Amino acid sequence: MAIKKEPKILLKASKINKSFGNFVANKDIDISIAKGEIHALLGENGAGKSTLVKIFYGVLKPDKGTIAINDNEVSIPSPNSARKNGIGMVFQHFSLFPALTVAENILIALDKKIKFKDLISEISKLSKEWELFVDPLKRVSELSVGEQQRVEIIRCLMQNPKLLIMDEPTSVLTPQEIANLFKVLKRLASSGCSILYISHKLEEIIELADQVTILKSGKSIATIDAKKTNTKFLAETMVGKEITDLKKTKSMNVTKDIALELKGLNKAKETDFGISLKNVNLKVNYGEILGVAGIAGNGQVELMEILSGETQCEKENHILLETQPIGFKNITERRLLGIETIPEERTLHATVPNFTIAENTFLTYFFKYPKANNIISNLLNNPQNSKIESENIIKDNDVRCPEANPLANQLSGGNLQKFILGRSLANNPKVAIFSQPTWGVDIGAATSIRQKLLNLSNSGKAVILISQDLEEIFELSDKICVINDGALSKILPVAQITAEDVGLLMGGKLETSNEMETT
Amino acid sequence: MITFIPRDKISENWTIIGPILSIFLTVFFGLLIFTFLGYNPLETLYQIFLSPFSRIDRISDIFVKACPLIIVGIGLMLCFRANVWNIGAEGQFIMGTLLAGSFALLFPSVETKFFIFIMIVIGFIGGALWAFIPAILKTKLNVNEILVSLMLVYVAMLFIDFIVRGPLRDPMSFGFPLSKPYPEGAIINKIPFPSIGYLGQLHYGVLFIILLIPISWLFVNKTLSGFKINVLGAAPKAAKFAGFKQNTITITVLLISGGLAGVAGVIEVSANIGQLQPEVSFGYGFTAIIVAFLGRLNPVGILFAGIIIATVKLGADNAQMSMGIPKVVTGLFEGILLFFLLTGETLQKYKIKWSKVT
Repeated sequence: MAIKKEPKILLKASKINKSFGNFVANKDIDISIAKGEIHALLGENGAGKSTLVKIFYGVLKPDKGTIAINDNEVSIPSPNSARKNGIGMVFQHFSLFPALTVAENILIALDKKIKFKDLISEISKLSKEWELFVDPLKRVSELSVGEQQRVEIIRCLMQNPKLLIMDEPTSVLTPQEIANLFKVLKRLASSGCSILYISHKLEEIIELADQVTILKSGKSIATIDAKKTNTKFLAETMVGKEITDLKKTKSMNVTKDIALELKGLNKAKETDFGISLKNVNLKVNYGEILGVAGIAGNGQVELMEILSGETQCEKENHILLETQPIGFKNITERRLLGIETIPEERTLHATVPNFTIAENTFLTYFFKYPKANNIISNLLNNPQNSKIESENIIKDNDVRCPEANPLANQLSGGNLQKFILGRSLANNPKVAIFSQPTWGVDIGAATSIRQKLLNLSNSGKAVILISQDLEEIFELSDKICVINDGALSKILPVAQITAEDVGLLMGGKLETSNEMETT
Repeated sequence: MITFIPRDKISENWTIIGPILSIFLTVFFGLLIFTFLGYNPLETLYQIFLSPFSRIDRISDIFVKACPLIIVGIGLMLCFRANVWNIGAEGQFIMGTLLAGSFALLFPSVETKFFIFIMIVIGFIGGALWAFIPAILKTKLNVNEILVSLMLVYVAMLFIDFIVRGPLRDPMSFGFPLSKPYPEGAIINKIPFPSIGYLGQLHYGVLFIILLIPISWLFVNKTLSGFKINVLGAAPKAAKFAGFKQNTITITVLLISGGLAGVAGVIEVSANIGQLQPEVSFGYGFTAIIVAFLGRLNPVGILFAGIIIATVKLGADNAQMSMGIPKVVTGLFEGILLFFLLTGETLQKYKIKWSKVT
């Protein structure tokens, strides 16, 4: 189609280096992305994927290395200049203002001047053309996560990008939404727009990508034709060792003894952007794992907080531990009763990032130290008391620390999660409740965390697993239910429910739990 | 456009260059201003920075001046560590003083020095009660504590003004808005030194700092309550996860800081004034905010920050008295100093990026 000989390679980066202090995030990375190609970037957490794309998008500056677009060397000092060079990016955590409308959000990010009316017609045109349906005049807070992602994509398309960078775009979508997204991305690619797709989900990459570049500890170790490989090979190249399969010993030890029960639990939302919990009924027995699937923002956070005791129940008998009503017990009392919760946010919620590991152990252990007859030591109950416990947690859970008693933010995501789990499990809980336990951790750590969950249930503990990762839910759970807009679907054994059903429930398509019963 | 980008870690170069550059720039602009206004610039700088150290009694006065700043600053440290923004220490200072002073005036003939301890307790209660208003409004109705605490400063100022002009005015004061003098038991004496006598205004109240610094250090670093305050400030959700009650902590830090401001007021007035008057504070409650931050919310740091600020304040007084430099000019100079000190502090943590507006 082109008369002049156009270069086939859109973006070529050579010898990209970037360090943060002593930590080398990118070392001599070469990557070239052809026009109209879907190029996947695969790697464990901390492998340097985000650093690399942030360099492409002008958020970070490389220490060394060159980037060429269409054979012309460019420097990208800011996201603004990235956009001028035709690079758009959809971040993993959306950067939309919930109180503004779709059109207003797009207007804010736009570099060119445009009349509001023209903007709306342009948005409608784009959304029709690419089947990215959103109402430009709707407020973002009223949109589902999938719709919000469409807004982000439209925002990028407004700039006519030559390269679209997508950072883990499917982690918040239902299977149906993922299928739609892939359709759009493939159409975009065939129209000539290159796509750099970051993911750690191997099936997706095989399905979607043309080329895969695998990063490991900051180096690019291979670029492979995605059509000629398989997930096992990708996984092993990424981790650099053979992956041990989970020892699936599911349903070994499921008992009929109810451990924890929610009965008709209602809880009004506390902020405008929160979710109300509506008539939630839930039962988990000793020895089983109950998986709660659902898209983020459908009440998982609220459910977690009411289970942990961080928010107050409206009625004492909304929550029963065995037969004991515990609705009014606070989080410390519940810990003493043997209920441990592992929240989704590892930093700022489960831990304080700029506190040491000993201090973070003290955070949930402080009530253990006071002794009845020693006033002075009770008065001076401080993190020093947790020193031995914190060292044991680090040792027993193989938490890799850069130094003795490091700050929490010096640990990698996976190691921090190992610490958090270890801290809770060292209390030998009867009921353990996990929210997104493997979110953002590398495959090695994820496997070991999943194995821990299985071991817990096999040793007769009750486990609740709240996760957006359907694979994880199906892999681990004995029973499954779905949370949608603060309501819980009927709990079904894993054998009686398919991923499609769960997907529909996640999207709120199957309304009542009675419908489920008949299927 | 200027953007501040957080440094990955505190810059070691800037921890050295920062303060030196701050002082240099302060001196430079000071010289400029004083020359421009027709004052001998070198002599002015000598008066402000060095004259407070020129005699042992003047050095003692630094501690007298720093005393209320440090006491209030320690209280504010607790609030700011918990991310509770008490801007109204000035009002709490006044109300503590007023309550304790009114109590003292009920016993015109009390002589025992034990009485001063009762006054300190009452001053604490007075300041704490005044801080309780923003505390309860914040925790019950989610009202912003910055606005409430600040506005209550002006209420307190007008209230003490009304009291000393009205109900508590000394009939013998010839119409001046002054209360009767405090009874003997309510006065904090100067410290006599054998064979020297008194050292400036150095009084027994300064000893309170010697008690307060280590106790507050232990409190924030070695107790569960201190830990709770630190966690709440660093990560409110983590505090919730630990089961710490946010409202209880918020109320506690406001009560303690209000109380300490009240105590500072009692010590200041009982040692240096000896009666109630419309102006008892001279801005200590506001200056202490700077002291708390300059001391990096750390008791030992606050001790030194208090001494630095007190030195400059006294130096400015000396410049006013010996050279007739107006207060506004020395005030301007103090402002320049703080501006550059805090800039240097900021540059340790952030780097500046200039970029064109697009």
